[in-house]
Parts: sequence; C-alpha cells; structure tokens
Amino acid sequence: MKKPLTTLALAGLALAPALAFASGAIEGDVQKQATNWHAIIMFFLFVAFTMGITYWAARRTRSASDFYTAGGGISGFQNGLAIAGDYMSAASFLGISAMVFDKGFDGLIYSIGFLVGWPVILFLVAERLRNLGKFTFADVASYRLQQMPVRTFAATGTLVVVALYLIAQMVGAGKLIQLLFGMSYSSAVVLVGVLMVLYVTFGGMLATTWVQIIKAVILLCGATFMAFMVMSSVGFSPEALFQKATAIHAKGIAIMSPGKADPIDSISLGLALMFGTAGLPHILMRFFTVSDAKEARKSVFFATGFIGYFYILTFIIGFGAIMLVLNQPHFMETIVKNGKEVTQLVGGSNMAAIHLANAVGGDLFLGFISAVAFATILAVVAGLALSGASAVSHDLYASVIKKGKANEADEIRVSKITTVVLGVVAIVLGLLFEKQNIAFMVGLAFSIAASANFPILFLSMFWKGLTTRGAVIGGFIGLISAVLLIVLGPAVWVDVMKHEAAIFPYKNPAIFSMPLAFAFTWLFSVLDNSKQASEEKAKFDAQYVRAMTGIGATGASKH
Amino acid sequence: MNEDVLKRVQSNPKFLELVHKKTSLGWTLSAVMLVIYYGFILLLAFAPKVLGTPLSEGSVTTVGIPIGVLIILSAFVLTGVYVRKANTEFDQLNQEIVEEAKQ
Repeated sequence: MKKPLTTLALAGLALAPALAFASGAIEGDVQKQATNWHAIIMFFLFVAFTMGITYWAARRTRSASDFYTAGGGISGFQNGLAIAGDYMSAASFLGISAMVFDKGFDGLIYSIGFLVGWPVILFLVAERLRNLGKFTFADVASYRLQQMPVRTFAATGTLVVVALYLIAQMVGAGKLIQLLFGMSYSSAVVLVGVLMVLYVTFGGMLATTWVQIIKAVILLCGATFMAFMVMSSVGFSPEALFQKATAIHAKGIAIMSPGKADPIDSISLGLALMFGTAGLPHILMRFFTVSDAKEARKSVFFATGFIGYFYILTFIIGFGAIMLVLNQPHFMETIVKNGKEVTQLVGGSNMAAIHLANAVGGDLFLGFISAVAFATILAVVAGLALSGASAVSHDLYASVIKKGKANEADEIRVSKITTVVLGVVAIVLGLLFEKQNIAFMVGLAFSIAASANFPILFLSMFWKGLTTRGAVIGGFIGLISAVLLIVLGPAVWVDVMKHEAAIFPYKNPAIFSMPLAFAFTWLFSVLDNSKQASEEKAKFDAQYVRAMTGIGATGASKH
Repeated sequence: MNEDVLKRVQSNPKFLELVHKKTSLGWTLSAVMLVIYYGFILLLAFAPKVLGTPLSEGSVTTVGIPIGVLIILSAFVLTGVYVRKANTEFDQLNQEIVEEAKQ
C-alpha cells in the first residue's frame, strides 16, 4: 500500500467531472499495488456469504414476479437499506470523501444535491409508482398509452442510463481493485462481471436486494467507526476538527467556504441531481419489491435517513483525512505529472478514506474497508444488470415483440440471457474504456434520467392530456438533447475529443434539456387530435383512481 | 377496474377528501424542499460569501456547515412528516374507500 506509485489523476475537479466522481468514475492511470491479503481474504468471505444467499434465493425464485421484484415481499425497512445501498456506491464513498479532502465545503454541496431528490420522490412519485406498476417504470409510463412505442422509448432510456452507469462502475472497479488488492485491471473487471451475472441470473431480485442490504450495513458500520475515531481524537468538537484541518490544508481557511462555480452550471447540476434520481431505472425498480404503497413510503423514509447519515459521515471522514493523513510522510508520495513534481496522497485523493482507515484502525481495518469498497461495486452493478435485463425481457421482448403474449418461463429465460449478454458487454466495455476519460458518463446518466425518463414518468402520472405521440417525441428529444449537449460541452468536446473550446459552454445540460422535453411532450400531446389520443385521455380517470387508492394494484405474491 | 367501481369511487366524498389532502400535503412539502434546496443553490450561485461567514467571532466553523447539515436533516424530517400522515390518516381513509367500492 505504501510504495510510491500512482497517478490517480483527479481529472479536473470542476463541477461535472466531480459529479462523475461522486457517483461513479475513478479516473486516471493507476499502477498495480502489492497484494493486500487482509483485503482479499475478507472480500472472499463476503463473496462466499453472498453466494450462499444467492443459492438460498435461487430456490425461492420461480415466477417472473420473484425474479424481477423478489415476489413483492421485501419490507419497507429492508428496501430502504437496499435503496441506500444503490446510492452508496464505492465511488460515492471514496469520491465524496475525496472531494471533502480536496475542497472541504464543496463536498457537502454534492451530498446535499444527491439527497434532496428523495423527499420529492416520496411526495410525488413513490406510491403512485407502486400502485400503477408491476416490474418496470415503463409499466407506469405506458399504462394508458400505446404499449409498443412508449415501452420502446422507456427501454431505450433505461438501457442508455444503465450502460453509462455500468461502464463507469466497471472502469472504477478495475482501477480501485488494482489499488486496493494488487490484482490486475483485466482480472478485476472480469471478476466483477462474472459475479454480477451469477448473482442476477441465479438469485434474481431477491439475491440482488440482500447483497445490497448486507453491503449497506457493513459500509455504514465501517464508516461510522471511522467517523467516531476521528471525532474522538478531537474530543467530539467539530470546531477543533475544523481548526486542525484548516491549519494543515494548503488552501487553509478557504476549505470552509464554497469555491467558485458558474451559476448556470450550479443550477443545472442541481436540477440533474434532484430529478435525475427520480428517473434512474434501477432505483425506480426497487419500489416494486415492496408489498404496497405504505411500504413504498416507508422505504423512502429509511433510505433518506441512511443516505443523509452516510453523507454526514463522509464529510467527517474527509476532514478526518485532512487532519490525520495529509502530510504524514508514510501516506504521501512525490510523482511527476505533466513534467512537474507533485506531492500527493499515495494513490491520489480518492484514497483519502482508505488511508484514513489505516490511520485509525490499522492493517486489518484497512483490509476490511477495501473489501467493503469492492463489495459495494458488486452490489451496485448487480442492481444495474437486473434493471437492464428487465427492460429487455419485460418491455422489449414480452410487450413489444410478443405483444403481451409471451409466457412467463420464456420471459424469465430472456432476462437471464440478457443478463449474461450484459455481463459480457460490461466486461468488454470495461476493458475498452480502461484508458479513456470517462468522467462525463455518470453526469450524462443523471442528465438523461432527468431529461428523458423523469418528464415522461411524471407527466404520465399527473397530466391527463399526455398522449403517446407527445410522450415518445418529447422523451426522445430530452434524451437526444441531453446527449448532444454533453458531447458538445466541455466534458467531452474538450476533455475527451481535445478540441480548443466547447461549442456548448456548460457542463450540465439539464437546465436546457429537461424543459425541452417537457415543452415538446406538451406541444405534441396538445396537437394530437387523433381518435387514439382522445381514448388515451379518457383512460386517465381510471388510472388516477388506481394511483391514489391502489385498487387493482399488484400485491405481493404468496409462497 | 370496471366502470361501476370507478364511478362509485369517484363519487365517494371520501375519495375527494383523500385526493385533496394527499395532493395538497405532497405538493406543499415538495415546495418546501424545493425552496430550501434552490434557496441554497441560488445563495451558492450569487452570494457564496454568505455561506463562508464565520459562525462567531474568531471561529473557524462557517455558517455554511450547520446550514448544510440542517438541509440534510430537513430532508429526513420532511419525509418523516409525510410518511406519518400518509400511513395513518390517509391509509385509514383509503381503506374505507376501498371497502365501500366493493359493495
């Protein structure tokens, strides 16, 4: 762990790349570390245990409902932990503590943005989603609209978001594991892909949920221990912690205030974070795993609590790392970057939490936290794979290709095949993108979720006038404009394609692409005078009654 | 859901009460969260110095820190308020509507 070696380039800590960091991408070149046996043994214990769970889950997974939604039998508290687990990815743990370590207060801004979407999901989306849907959010979007075009759009939105998120996680996993375990990049990527396929194909949603719950609990325990040790070293006085940290940090007192940011970019990022969460397919899918609207509400309550608590911990961990790790000779290295000598944390700022684990808990605890970081990636990619597989099997195969006449066994078979294909694709893309700058990918995933999935889902539940034509055209305009503006913006046009200046000046497109989607969906719905459109509008009342009361909603399957 | 059930639910005054209560609470709390968050974002965008003011004379802690933590807590408290209200009062009302729709 302690040999000077890496350039985990922080790929520009400006807003958009940092967003990517906070939720998905570990960037830059890293070198292989000495083999970390503590971490490897603990990780294999985790894998052995979760394989046991997968075996148990496989015996209980028979029907499509078992496979996609664990039979609807997950409790609100369990689902809250699983949702929190989906959110507490390795990169969010390491990335946000690294941001606090580098920039202090700015790290808190991200945490807040990631959190505040949750209450809005609860108030407006969660129970309506549970009452209307069965397996995927497309069930809700297409409830009273034409199945084929709307599901095709929703599946496209799902697969694009899942693919971007998966690539970011795979590349992050490969780099992280090189650093933490001393394994090679390619074997790390293959291992993650294979384990992901095993969890999902054999254990379905039941195994995927339990892997996520277990990981969430151990991550919360580990982070709590670290934050406790940091606070106990300063007599539990935040003021004392901040005093010591500002005395050590190169930026001094500046880390206690917000840094400079472009106002439009900040607002746009805020939009993407807040509404993107309500359009992430792997998160929306979790609302179908509980028995009814009541449990769906409870899950958001618990998830918000756990996520909020976790972000407060990462803030303390970031400052703790400044105090206990920064400038300690055995945690620092001098490397040559762009021809200049730079002194940095061994492995870069993303390793701040990992080094802090060593400083407060020794080698054994370092191994534990490394194993938790790997487990986190596995749990998150499993959820993503299941969500992508359900979009293909439930939306594309069963509803579009077979026009709702597919039998259940075939549908499950298609989703398992899709999971294997997704595993192979994830491994191949993970290997292809090893040397690429992928910082934009998670930001793009959030922007697409906010600009394509969210507007259609929201309007389908709240606006009687929505028609198929409006939903499909507006949705695709949101999707295409988000992609186009990111490609023409600084994150891709300049950082990846190496042009001089960006054509579109902002890093975050949501402030433009999201209103575009809403506007065109409205316009094409209003202009739609077809007979089909008036039938779709007429079906709104029945949908509304079901959304409000749950009459006719699918319940938990009994075993 | 057949036409009869739909008509019965729609004409039930309890349904109108549920719709009114649930939507007004939902939108009010959403507005509160949006105002808190975008208030914070606008402050960041246009007056970042405010958040960097020391909490008291000579302290290193700035007002931004407790404000940030309070926003996190407010999200949790708001969800708690909604869940409490919905899982007791609204669900009670909902149960009655469902029962009456069956008759």
